[in-house]
Amino acid sequence: MSSFNSTIAVTGLNATDNPGPGVAVIRSLRADPEFHGRIIGLAYDSLEPGIYAADLADDVFLIPYPSQGSEALAARLTEIQKRAGLDVVIPTLDAELPLFISLEAQLADMKVGTFLPTRDQLDLRSKAHLAALRGKVEIPVPATKVINDASELYEIHREISYPFFLKGLYYGAYRATSVDEAVHAFHRVVAQWGLPVIVQEEVRGDELDVVAVGDGRGGLVGAVAMRKTFLTDKGKGWAGIAIHDPVLMRLTEQLMGALRWRGPCEVEVVATKDGGYHLLEVNPRFPAWVYLSAGAGINLPSAVARLAAGHEVKPMRDYRVGTMFVRISLDQIASLEDFERITTYGELRRSAGSAQ
Amino acid sequence: MDGHNKLRDLAVSDSGFVFDPYTGSTFSVNLTGLTILRGLKEGHGREDIVGELQTGFAAGDADYHRDLDEFVGQLRNQGLLPLDFSVER
Amino acid sequence: MSPLPAYERPLIIRHESGLMNKFSRVQSMRPMTHLDGVAVAELMETYGSPLFVFSEKTLVERYRELRDVFSLRYPKVRIAWSYKTNYLDSIARVFHKEGAWAEVVSMFEWEKARNLGVPAEQIHFNGPYKPKAVLDEVLPAGTIIHIDHFDELAVAERVAVEKGIRPKVAIRINLTADGTPQWSRFGFNLENGQAHDAVMRILTGDRLELTGLHCHLGTFILDPDAYRQSATKMVDFANRLRQEQGITLSFIDVGGGFASHNTLKAQYLPGDQATPSFSRYAEAISDALGKLNYPPREMPTLVLETGRALVDDAGYLIATVQANKRLPDGRRALIVDAGVNVLFTSFWYKHDVVPAQEFRGVFEPTILYGPLCMNIDVVRDTLLFPPLNVGDQIVFRTVGAYNVTQWMQFITYRPAVVLISQNGQHAAIRKREDLEIVRGPEQMAPWL
Repeated sequence: MSSFNSTIAVTGLNATDNPGPGVAVIRSLRADPEFHGRIIGLAYDSLEPGIYAADLADDVFLIPYPSQGSEALAARLTEIQKRAGLDVVIPTLDAELPLFISLEAQLADMKVGTFLPTRDQLDLRSKAHLAALRGKVEIPVPATKVINDASELYEIHREISYPFFLKGLYYGAYRATSVDEAVHAFHRVVAQWGLPVIVQEEVRGDELDVVAVGDGRGGLVGAVAMRKTFLTDKGKGWAGIAIHDPVLMRLTEQLMGALRWRGPCEVEVVATKDGGYHLLEVNPRFPAWVYLSAGAGINLPSAVARLAAGHEVKPMRDYRVGTMFVRISLDQIASLEDFERITTYGELRRSAGSAQ
Repeated sequence: MDGHNKLRDLAVSDSGFVFDPYTGSTFSVNLTGLTILRGLKEGHGREDIVGELQTGFAAGDADYHRDLDEFVGQLRNQGLLPLDFSVER
Repeated sequence: MSPLPAYERPLIIRHESGLMNKFSRVQSMRPMTHLDGVAVAELMETYGSPLFVFSEKTLVERYRELRDVFSLRYPKVRIAWSYKTNYLDSIARVFHKEGAWAEVVSMFEWEKARNLGVPAEQIHFNGPYKPKAVLDEVLPAGTIIHIDHFDELAVAERVAVEKGIRPKVAIRINLTADGTPQWSRFGFNLENGQAHDAVMRILTGDRLELTGLHCHLGTFILDPDAYRQSATKMVDFANRLRQEQGITLSFIDVGGGFASHNTLKAQYLPGDQATPSFSRYAEAISDALGKLNYPPREMPTLVLETGRALVDDAGYLIATVQANKRLPDGRRALIVDAGVNVLFTSFWYKHDVVPAQEFRGVFEPTILYGPLCMNIDVVRDTLLFPPLNVGDQIVFRTVGAYNVTQWMQFITYRPAVVLISQNGQHAAIRKREDLEIVRGPEQMAPWL
């Protein structure tokens, strides 16, 4: 790809044991040899680990939580744009997408590019609507039911048998093997992510994931398929390997076509022993393991940054099958001064660069 | 350890960032709070501290004594002052 | 010499993970000093605190937006103003002037609508409670009742015979739509055949004219797709009735339930992000209506009973800070002069509330209490709020629906309600209660 010199803001620096994708997106951008721009980290909390990695973000700014509304975020992004000269924003967290989508036009007026799905596309793939994708894609979708009241769980076994998963609209998944567990899980999900709660049939098998970027016109910019080879006790992939899977690729292409998806997404699939595939989720953002795409030779975060900046990106199909990732946890040494600056001023400027 | 001594050992920066080396806790304090905290660290009395607030800020109709007592209550709550501490009148 | 910094109340906050953002200088709240150009201070001076204020401009804008987005997609649209959400005369009249019919659920509301000059034939009468005395009056007047159960159907037939009339009626149906709790207590169930039985009963009785189907799916429905499902089921049913029984319906009523820009307590994203636009509801419903198997000239009218989503955004409550407190857990508490007796919707919503004047100081987790001597009197659960002084005002936004109908007269007088006109005039549309008003209906026991 051609030389690329933009200032790119990335959210989701919460690289915790349930990591946000921001750090992986930034590492991918840094891995693009043609990228010569600056990277701005956008964080919600002053202890997000990605803030303290000096080789990741040039500058870090705190931004208000989505729950504080669009006016607050718009005002903050305007200020950051003025101070640091943003060209592109890549949001990476499910719960912030509705907000960034609603600000898309406003950001465009500020000359800040995004590459996001529309609100309708976002809702079409929501966990609450997944069943509606039946018929639009070739593979089956597990039985799901959207519930708003724990009392519905007492009848639900008539439709979905145990064990099943209870999921929040944005995050969170708990497995339940009985009514008691289900009710408990229901309240845990509601406490954190609110209503509704999605009940999804359990399908057993290998978990396969695809990171994909849709062009918004029904086409696929590029995708990498991966099998999780090591799961944490929370079910998070801690290691995985890039695979060649034509069925999965065809499914991904069908999804991009059916949704006319614009931007990054993660397609989660279970492959059962009998060779069948089941679509579990379509997440509207990069997965935390997206650095694998850069490692395997098609750098999807860089592609999205370029598309958001208005550049052309040619479809990318060939990646190095067999590329593996193995995640590592390590302790960074952080300076109290950095912590002071981010807590007191809401920003940490490592670069001398600014808009002026 | 005596909470009064602890106050002396707090690291307080101009930005209002406060570090308690004994517990590792950190705090943010606003400008008026910073003025009081520094006064207490220096061992200033009530009238001195109120005087510093009066001369240091463009005031409206603030009740300095009430605010000072409330702030001392916050410091007690945060374990930065002993529970029986108050600024004598 | 540089000017002295402004005085703020001194404050120290411990850094805790998950709460950090709150301490940085990233602050994000703008004061609301004016409502539709009228200064809050002027409103306080004229009418006192607390005070409900409605924006006629917003009422009209919301109404027209609703009408326009539906009319764009479906040719025959009728909006029936849902009285229970707000039946103050002036509020209802704003909608009637725009062309709205009335949707009522009690004789009181019917009388209120009639008193405002709404023709009886332009009233849809809903609800599970329509005793014979009510039907005796409203059916001969031409009001369209939405029959809720078989007992009501029998009474309606009896009234028809006694009065020698053939009333126009609809039946209310309930059905399942994914992701929405089923309100099975109202109307006839569609899936188990009860709704079809009701139709057959009306046909064989031959006393009533079936002119419409009504389904109110539920309340505060954030998923437009639920309406696609309910409208599709109603359309399938209407097509079946036309094919099998030759019934041509004159209207299909999808009820109300559209969400306002409020935020339910169990909602993760705030209303400004979670609430669908009117056009997304319109898209879903009109898609379904497109499958009606009717000749173009006989297409039924789409009836909307939207209440909350029209009036909620137009209502504000101004309240005054009475005291500041520090709770043992470190939170700040404000005591304001409007409690849950006035702001009844505090039980359901995380209300959007902002100061009414410029402010300075550090945002802190703050809980807003009302003035009642009751533990439940919390008008806003903890939110990040700047420090305010006693006597400062705050403005609750998006409180126009249900409050001035469900509020309670408890230990004090209910506040005045003001309407701001489209050109900035303002007037009390309900005056503050006083002892005379509250004592009015009382009578001393003669032996005391």
